[in-house]
Amino acid sequence: MSETPLIADLGGSETAPLTDAKIGVVTFPGTLDDRDAARAVRLAGATPVPLWHADTDPAALRGVDAVVIPGGFSYGDYLRAGAIARFAPLMAKIVDAANSIDKLPVLGICNGFQILTEAHLLPGSMVKNDHLKFICRDQTLRVENNRTAWTNQYADGQEITIVLKNQDGQYVADEKTLDELEAEGRVAFRYVGWNPNGSRRGIAGITNSAGNVVGLMPHPEHAVEPGFGPLGADGHYSTDGLGFFASVLSQLVGEAK
Amino acid sequence: MPRIVVDVMPKPEILDPQGKAIVGALPRLGFTAFSGVRQGKRFELTVDGEVTEEILEQARNAAATMLSNPVIEDVVNVEVLDETASEDVAGAPEAV
Repeated sequence: MSETPLIADLGGSETAPLTDAKIGVVTFPGTLDDRDAARAVRLAGATPVPLWHADTDPAALRGVDAVVIPGGFSYGDYLRAGAIARFAPLMAKIVDAANSIDKLPVLGICNGFQILTEAHLLPGSMVKNDHLKFICRDQTLRVENNRTAWTNQYADGQEITIVLKNQDGQYVADEKTLDELEAEGRVAFRYVGWNPNGSRRGIAGITNSAGNVVGLMPHPEHAVEPGFGPLGADGHYSTDGLGFFASVLSQLVGEAK
Repeated sequence: MPRIVVDVMPKPEILDPQGKAIVGALPRLGFTAFSGVRQGKRFELTVDGEVTEEILEQARNAAATMLSNPVIEDVVNVEVLDETASEDVAGAPEAV
């Protein structure tokens, strides 16, 4: 029996990538969704590149064009969700690259979003859901900013249904920060229908001012293939998450031209 | 060995869901005197040797940068644990 690969088998692709774009997927101890994220990258037509949290090599980012920090429970959520992962050697490189002139696109999903707030790439923080329960459901969101690296293939105001699954999903920030986020159009996603965790102003995801760093609690990487995503309002299984990965590819291809 | 205690509490303006759940459960056990509960964290940092002012400063920096998240939490206390006091407590459980 062959050894189970750390991240989805990258050699098993039946279709050749549409572009030569390489998207890094970071694995920490306790990361759960790295395989799904790598699979989503491949289904979108790019090449996923596994990145290791403890890699101290100067080229640890392996020349990737974008980075996904997937969900899970890095370091068991010890101390605070994302608090220890934030200090991993690879994170310093990601923070520098995201803030550099090249503005490396970075997407944080769930625990990845928590890590991005702990790393101060995005403002605010996540605390326990107001009802204190772990929640796992199909959740509809509204895309409120379709000008970011990760949302440009959605229509403005488009409603998408993807999976939400977390315990510490209540987005909080002080009123001044929330007002700034709203005024600058940096609320990228808002929950539709109800507020599943008590997040301030129904915020499901935000972007930095440059639009290259986006974080959200729900999971686009679980809604990328017909027949396997959440059941959408139209009665079809949702592939609504694919747009995140198509968006970053669109941006990368556009930049290459 | 000496220990430095760091106490971290959720900010007053942040709803503390855990504290809220606890205050809801207390009356069910007959503890009716408490109208609010906030749950924080206590860290004990062990030091090999004497706690110098420099080491205490390190503890304050660690408390501010890693042990707490200033967006949601306040560091409310950083102090050297009084070893004699803790030994008294440990050595005299019958006094409780």
